[in-house]
Amino acid sequence: MTLAEIRDLLECEVLSGENDLSFDIQHVVASDGMSEILAFAKSKELMVTGLMNILSIRTADIAGVAAVLYCRGKFPDKKVVEFARSKGIPVLVTKMGMFDICGLLYNRGLKGVS
Amino acid sequence: MAEELLRERFEIQGRNFDTAGEVSGEIKVILRDLGLDAGCIRRLVIVSYEGEMNVVMYADRGTLTLILTDEDVGLEIIDDGPGIPDIDLALQEGYTTASDEMRELGFGFGMGLPNMRRNSDEFRIESKVGRGTSVFAKVRLNPHG
Repeated sequence: MTLAEIRDLLECEVLSGENDLSFDIQHVVASDGMSEILAFAKSKELMVTGLMNILSIRTADIAGVAAVLYCRGKFPDKKVVEFARSKGIPVLVTKMGMFDICGLLYNRGLKGVS
Repeated sequence: MAEELLRERFEIQGRNFDTAGEVSGEIKVILRDLGLDAGCIRRLVIVSYEGEMNVVMYADRGTLTLILTDEDVGLEIIDDGPGIPDIDLALQEGYTTASDEMRELGFGFGMGLPNMRRNSDEFRIESKVGRGTSVFAKVRLNPHG
């Protein structure tokens, strides 16, 4: 799925990277634990998390994920979004919880990483 | 004998979660600008970032030294923290001494040191309780990179 299709499926608001949502996402890594993201992400995944602080974007940059999706309708601080923009990392927000997000994406053929 | 090409030392400010990870972000840019293999950079910066976070979480201050040779990229992470009484136990996945504050920030789930070891080709910890901890890690350069 492209990130634009994921945006539409999960009814997301795009906070960063809105200029290019055309790239393909095949794998998802979902956790509130940043070391879990680092342990399992291989690169270019969609990172789904409820952790909204600046370390979530720092972790996304270090792990090399393609985009960050914040769940449960929580919006990050402006400085978090600005940092994501400076790193070229797309950021999306949805009101859905992590379980529903993962279920919907799994149904559309996306896979986890292990 | 490997030829040393670059050595750079960074200060890490302990207990400051706002600046946590900045050193590793800088190292990623340095290694990318040098044209190193992306996989090698990724492994090295994961080691660096987890190590940096450990210093931020447990110590008042620390240093991280990046050492590039023609064979590998090395890290020396040295802190003045409380030290690790049982290194084998600390390396077990899931073992943690983290506070609630650390976990609320997304760290301290007992995966940091295992992540560092997994992404290193050489990995060694020296620690003295009450004195601090030193971590030495190397990631071999990809000969095809």
